[in-house]
Amino acid sequence: MNGSHSLLEVEDLVARYPVGRGVVGAVTRQPKLEVRAVDGVSFSLDRGEMLALVGESGCGKTSTAQSVLRLIETSGGSIRFDGQEISGLSTKELRPLRRRMQIVYQDPYESLDPRFRVGATIEEPLEVHKVGSRQERREAVKAALELAGLTPAELYIDRYPHELSGGQRQRVAIAATLVLGPELLVADEPVSMLDVSVRAGILSILDELRDKGLAVLMITHDLSTAAHYADRIAVMYLGRIVEEGPTREVIENPQHPYTRALLSVVPKRDPRERGTPQILRGETPNSIHIPPWCRFQPRCPMAIADCKTVDPELRRPAASTHPEHRAACIRV
Amino acid sequence: MTTPLLEVEDLNVWFELPSGGELHAVRGISFELEAGERFGLVGESGCGKTTAMLSIMGLLPPNATVAGEVRLDGENILARGEETVSPHRWNDIAMVFQGAMNAFNPVKTVGSQIEEPMELHGIAEGRIARRQAEELLERVGIPKDRADRFPHEFSGGMRQRAAIAMALACEPRILLADEPTTALDVMVQAQILELLVSLAADFNLALLLVTHDLPIVAQVCDRAAVMYAGEVAESASIDALFHTPKHPYTRLLFAATPDLRAGGERVASIPGAPPRLDKPIVGCPFQPRCDRAFAPCPTETPLLKTVGERHVAACHLNDHVREPATA
Repeated sequence: MNGSHSLLEVEDLVARYPVGRGVVGAVTRQPKLEVRAVDGVSFSLDRGEMLALVGESGCGKTSTAQSVLRLIETSGGSIRFDGQEISGLSTKELRPLRRRMQIVYQDPYESLDPRFRVGATIEEPLEVHKVGSRQERREAVKAALELAGLTPAELYIDRYPHELSGGQRQRVAIAATLVLGPELLVADEPVSMLDVSVRAGILSILDELRDKGLAVLMITHDLSTAAHYADRIAVMYLGRIVEEGPTREVIENPQHPYTRALLSVVPKRDPRERGTPQILRGETPNSIHIPPWCRFQPRCPMAIADCKTVDPELRRPAASTHPEHRAACIRV
Repeated sequence: MTTPLLEVEDLNVWFELPSGGELHAVRGISFELEAGERFGLVGESGCGKTTAMLSIMGLLPPNATVAGEVRLDGENILARGEETVSPHRWNDIAMVFQGAMNAFNPVKTVGSQIEEPMELHGIAEGRIARRQAEELLERVGIPKDRADRFPHEFSGGMRQRAAIAMALACEPRILLADEPTTALDVMVQAQILELLVSLAADFNLALLLVTHDLPIVAQVCDRAAVMYAGEVAESASIDALFHTPKHPYTRLLFAATPDLRAGGERVASIPGAPPRLDKPIVGCPFQPRCDRAFAPCPTETPLLKTVGERHVAACHLNDHVREPATA
């Protein structure tokens, strides 16, 4: 380990999926279509840092996270984990790295095996990776449960998922990732299935783990959650990061017109803060036909003729107040 | 004083369980709704908000028992069950169900599904019904030529607009909307909420918005009731609920909700879980999770009492002289 590189460095990542043309399409030799789910994404993530990838459904945030973990095949770009290029590694070569990078899924009702007791669910990754003796594994399971806030561990270890609430299940899912001592944790919408009153508890676990040095990549559609917990925010639109920067800067001084619109429509808690939401008409287009110029131009309230001539790159906007603030728009 | 458009008084719903027990899902809730008013019913899963809506519509399953009154223009529509509810269903009170956008019949065009309630209720038929369906679609933001399309040709946001158009087919005066934006992206959510607000204004519709999402209620509604464990914990103007809550649950629920603006403020979860509703609840149902519980809470059930102008709360803190709870 050295200080010159971030734990995770992603550069120009591309992930494409073929789209079925149907029988008629194939016979009539229609061109093969692809969804460009991730279309040139670059970011880095340090130890002890939480980066939130935010955006609407279909923006490519989950595909980005799955590519980073090599759960889906990438079509281009580079992924360096702790300085090592992992985008070309074989399944076998990846195996020792797997325990260093883990994922928590959205739905704790689906992600836990209903026939496994809590203890067995959490111990399984240790067995897969052949870690420790039986006794050591048992201790590790208890420690992971307590890290995930299920204390005392003895109270939960022999229970089945159906005996637990949604929040407790998500804590079990988190414990099952922590037991391997990962350095990178991807949390894909970790609280969107849970009741409001228990969400903060789950998020504060991620917060504490980040403070202990874990790198957390949080995928969320909820800007308020990102605003509260993340150190940095990257806003995605149609497979690309359109704005990125330290959380307060992105929330308080958004520059990209998409980020501005998105922030304006997030409902505020205080009824006295009823602003005028800047509602974009229509819906996000699909990522099969992405325009070769600015992908947000067709819906952009600020678009000018020049927006149809260039595909804007991320650069520091003129009005930014932080050196690490980037936006992909020629008008800011 | 004039009679409110809709008054719900001491509404109770019990479900008979297959195991033999009974689940008391809605426990004596009361609220009222004026014409053109936007009222929110907020609470977490299992608090009884959807069950309360279904009982207003008279659409509960056969294992449910209902007590209490739902008065429309002063007349109790629950008086003789289906006989008294059905003349008002869709004609006066309509509902956009949770997940309605996924409940269209996949083999019928969207237009014909909006015409169906008109024909069933004798509002319009044939070409007239078609024209009214097209007008409704245009009103909710869907070009009228889409009436001949099938649901799968619509995006999620468009299907939700169509579901709203369908609920409005018989020109109701009250629209119940159960989690109308839950599965939608934030931009589409903003579009749908904007639509509901403008429909309420244009048609003088009373809107009853059921949601778990406090900020949505804060932005859309005039007044709201916060439900907990089948009861109304507090009901007031949305401004009073946020700025001067009189029930700890309201205050804690707001405090558990992250907000864009309040960057450094701590978001805290509420420890514990709601009580089981298949057993009697002794004392205040929120007491085990409350940060302000004191002597009477575990044993005495707090009653809903007036604590301000059109502001009621069920909390012992309001009876005893103590420092007021602050947000």
